[in-house]
Amino acid sequence: MFFKLGLDWLGKNFLSPKMFYANTTKLLPWLAILFMSFFCYGLIDGLFYAPADYQQGDGFRIIYVHVPSAFTGMAIYAVMAVCAVITLVWRIKIAAICMSCSASIGAWFTFLALVTGSIWGKSMWGTWWIWDARLTSVLILLFLYLGFIALQSVIDNQQTKERASALIAMVGVINLPIIHYSVIWWNTLHQGPTISQFAAPSIAPTMLYPLLAMIAAFLFFYGWMVLTRMRSQILLREMKTEWVKKIYE
Amino acid sequence: MNDIFWMGEYGTYVWTAYSITLFVFGLNIFMTYREKHKIKKLLKTLRDEST
Repeated sequence: MFFKLGLDWLGKNFLSPKMFYANTTKLLPWLAILFMSFFCYGLIDGLFYAPADYQQGDGFRIIYVHVPSAFTGMAIYAVMAVCAVITLVWRIKIAAICMSCSASIGAWFTFLALVTGSIWGKSMWGTWWIWDARLTSVLILLFLYLGFIALQSVIDNQQTKERASALIAMVGVINLPIIHYSVIWWNTLHQGPTISQFAAPSIAPTMLYPLLAMIAAFLFFYGWMVLTRMRSQILLREMKTEWVKKIYE
Repeated sequence: MNDIFWMGEYGTYVWTAYSITLFVFGLNIFMTYREKHKIKKLLKTLRDEST
């Protein structure tokens, strides 16, 4: 009963391009404000107030940009996979738009995770790169994003483009558990999963809070960027409809 | 102040990682809003042509 009511509410308010555009107008400034607030707190606390690590010294502060980048890069791919299923099964326009607008943002976050990880690796392991299970699986994630973007740019037919790229998004999702468990399944130089270790207090609260704030900031940034891009794409796709013409009258 | 800048021996690595992150954030904001303005400009041009 409540599930059906929830679906009806979602359908009425967010699944039609017109309603989605109208209902996200007020959401954008809030996402920007939340991003800025969490980002400023995480940045200042992480850089200047969190204590230095007993083994890695101040070098560990790279965690506050590296872990949120990797987490967001993976989360965006999961969002794309969900949108892919919705696109293929229910053919909902908004899901297809969300999938295509998320790809480049996800690629940038995955690139950022690799670059900041490489810098951290150089300072701690003495090397920029090794063919380690975690590093290699994240590199594969970046290639999946790039493959998705390339496929979207070479196919002209809108429906074929959406279906083909949705297939890539769905197939590639198998890489997400591989990335997460790579440090458990194989012997790697990379440390164990930071996020799932929160249950056991392996990281001090003074180090944990700025990390959580930065993860929240990165997710709000993704929300802000993807909604802005989706709204632009909706205007472009619906430019011949009356409601878009009215906006520009 | 010097300690904050040098971060032990890791200052170069830490500040480089944070600078690249800020650059990527800035680039994403720039690209997103540039696309938005391009599309709005296109729609306004189409409206002007039709009237």
